[in-house]
Amino acid sequence: MSTPAPVTGLRGRHLLGISDLAPDEITLILDTADAMREVGERPIKKVPALRGRTIVNLFFEPSTRTRTSFEIAEKRLSADTLNLAVSTSSVVKGETLLDTVSNIEAMAPDMLVVRHASSGACHQLARHCRSRIVNAGDGLHEHPTQALLDAYTMRSHKGRLEGLQVAIVGDLLHSRVLRSNLLLLRKMGATVRVAAPRPLVPVGIEALGATPCRTIEEALDGADVVMMLRIQLERMQNNYFPSLREYFTLFGLTGERMGLAKPDAIVMHPGPMNRGVEIASEVADGPQAVILEQVANGVAVRMAVLYLLGGGNEE
Amino acid sequence: MTYILRNGRVVDPANGRDGIFDIEVRDGVIARVGQDLPIPEGAEVLDVPAGCVVTPGLIDMHVHLREPGQEHKETVASGVAAAVAGGFTAVACMPNTSPINDSAAVTRYIRDKADAARLARVYPIGAASVGSKGEQLAEIGELKAAGCVAVSDDGHPVKTALLMRRVLEYAGMLDVLVIDHCEDPTLKGDGVVHEGAVASELGLRGIPGEAEELWIERDITLAGLTRVPFHVAHLSTAGSLRAVRAGKARGIAVTCEVAPHHFVLTDEALRGYDTNTKMNPPLRPQADVDALIAGLADGSVDVIATDHAPHHADEKALSYDQAPFGITGLETCVSLTFDRLVHAGHIDLTRMVELLSVNPARILKVTGGALSEGAPADITVLAPDLPVTIQASSQHSLSKNMPFEGWQLRGGVAATIVDGRLVYRNLAVDGLGAWPSASVQ
Ligand SMILES: [Zn+2]
Repeated sequence: MSTPAPVTGLRGRHLLGISDLAPDEITLILDTADAMREVGERPIKKVPALRGRTIVNLFFEPSTRTRTSFEIAEKRLSADTLNLAVSTSSVVKGETLLDTVSNIEAMAPDMLVVRHASSGACHQLARHCRSRIVNAGDGLHEHPTQALLDAYTMRSHKGRLEGLQVAIVGDLLHSRVLRSNLLLLRKMGATVRVAAPRPLVPVGIEALGATPCRTIEEALDGADVVMMLRIQLERMQNNYFPSLREYFTLFGLTGERMGLAKPDAIVMHPGPMNRGVEIASEVADGPQAVILEQVANGVAVRMAVLYLLGGGNEE
Repeated sequence: MTYILRNGRVVDPANGRDGIFDIEVRDGVIARVGQDLPIPEGAEVLDVPAGCVVTPGLIDMHVHLREPGQEHKETVASGVAAAVAGGFTAVACMPNTSPINDSAAVTRYIRDKADAARLARVYPIGAASVGSKGEQLAEIGELKAAGCVAVSDDGHPVKTALLMRRVLEYAGMLDVLVIDHCEDPTLKGDGVVHEGAVASELGLRGIPGEAEELWIERDITLAGLTRVPFHVAHLSTAGSLRAVRAGKARGIAVTCEVAPHHFVLTDEALRGYDTNTKMNPPLRPQADVDALIAGLADGSVDVIATDHAPHHADEKALSYDQAPFGITGLETCVSLTFDRLVHAGHIDLTRMVELLSVNPARILKVTGGALSEGAPADITVLAPDLPVTIQASSQHSLSKNMPFEGWQLRGGVAATIVDGRLVYRNLAVDGLGAWPSASVQ
């Protein structure tokens, strides 16, 4: 019996979400990121892989971190990059999402890296665009490169994803990071427990592959990886929980609670952190935290994605 | 002018008829219904094509015609063209125009436009409160005098329990039907789709079915308190139907309608983020769809109404959470009902005619619902086995926002007759080429 040939590229034209990726494609991206990380360790951090390609970073929602990470990744691959921050006010004026993107497409970019506040925006664009689209976060739906960099970070510490016990705690309801992570971790054979105040737990989260826990302690018990999600301060106004103080009391990650996880567990956070709300500084700055490593890995993983999508010959 | 619709299978449940009959139409009125009618001198003979079914004119008691104010979406003229092409001889239009139909002036404006179009009958529904704002009772007496057959704040629920009580009491006094768009706005919040596993996966904000159920329970309770009939617009969940059944069982005069998209599609259709799957109430899971179909079959659902809600393509081109709620329905209703309810074995033709003609006429207390001698000749000819491919480009509505593009369905409309005038004929039906030409075809 012959083994199937190893995958050498991504099957889709776009990266709209982890939902589009098969496990072998995820592994390919992570393996490619290994090589890309090495580029970042050289004195001259540049390879010609995307020379002559134009990539537009189209951000309908402000984001410094993700945009910067993509931009560095693009520059290290020698792509020509352009950042466009589109205020949603032009959309309010009556210009449709498609109008905005058609205007940019008229200038024939090769790839669009798109961040939008509405779930599904990248999927809607992909139906009409010639360029390849990389989803840099759509509403509450997906943030695939974040999940890939999280997986890369887990794999580099634990050597594997399969069989890992991952705890995710925080604002589950409004988190695209959660959704992409759940999809990825399930595909790769990890198990996930989640905890949050009940109003912040999406209906039907079991169907997404997570086991909901009533307490943070239950979620942390025996975990290999602890991932904290950002609590947005305005959630309090909608009565998702009564106060930041009580949130920290019930769901904050403290050094004491970390004692419930495996001794070699790592602590992750997609940033930006609210110290003293979802995570205590002693943990955020402690030896188990890999939060800054995530940021560094983000560049390597995004280089891998851009290279795999855009490095080949266009048909 | 006199003509005979000859040799059609007539399904007229109100008169207990289901068989081959001739119908003589004279000067816009049904003169005689019988077998082998003699042909009066000078009368034209329209042979009903084999397999076609003659029914009392279909009535859609929930449409949005958008005029005045949003003529880029639909006008009264384009709306009634869509209606007759969809087999409807009459429609009742919701008051959320711009301005809101809360005055005799707007009601008369709509009726004048309908009179000028001379296609389907148009029954305006007035606002229950001034501006549909939920504060001050609208002048329902004046609205009725101008031609409104019902009141509703559709698009919004009647805001408070006290106001709903007053609307029921006051409209009930005037014998005007009260229709409510049942949904607790505080529980709906900023939801855009049904709250469930699909919404959670797609990252779309959810509206629980209970937002509808809570409000229906409130309204049924108030209909009981006031002993006034009350009609639930676009009911969409199993729990809502349970509430309506319970209300009926305790003798409350509550009726309800279901829109075709709610018995045809589930929230699985949201995958892909086509904004033409965004409507309010939202598409529900299979269990709700199954319950609605059971209710349509067993009589607990009274009416199929389309909630025809045209929107311009540019508006639907927005992102999913920003795009407006609603889809068109007038020109797909009959085919969806045939294919998914009749041919699927859930209901028979008699029940279909009850849901689309007999019951809406009875609930709105308007003409029609029966092919009775002496009644205005509002007649629909259906083609139960006609293969139909749904295409927005061949529809008459000004808007094309519907999620059924390319669907192949069995069953359609052959012809529509209003006041004895042939207003629509479908040339895809063999034999209709021999009929006189119609203004819509
Ligand atoms: Zn409504």
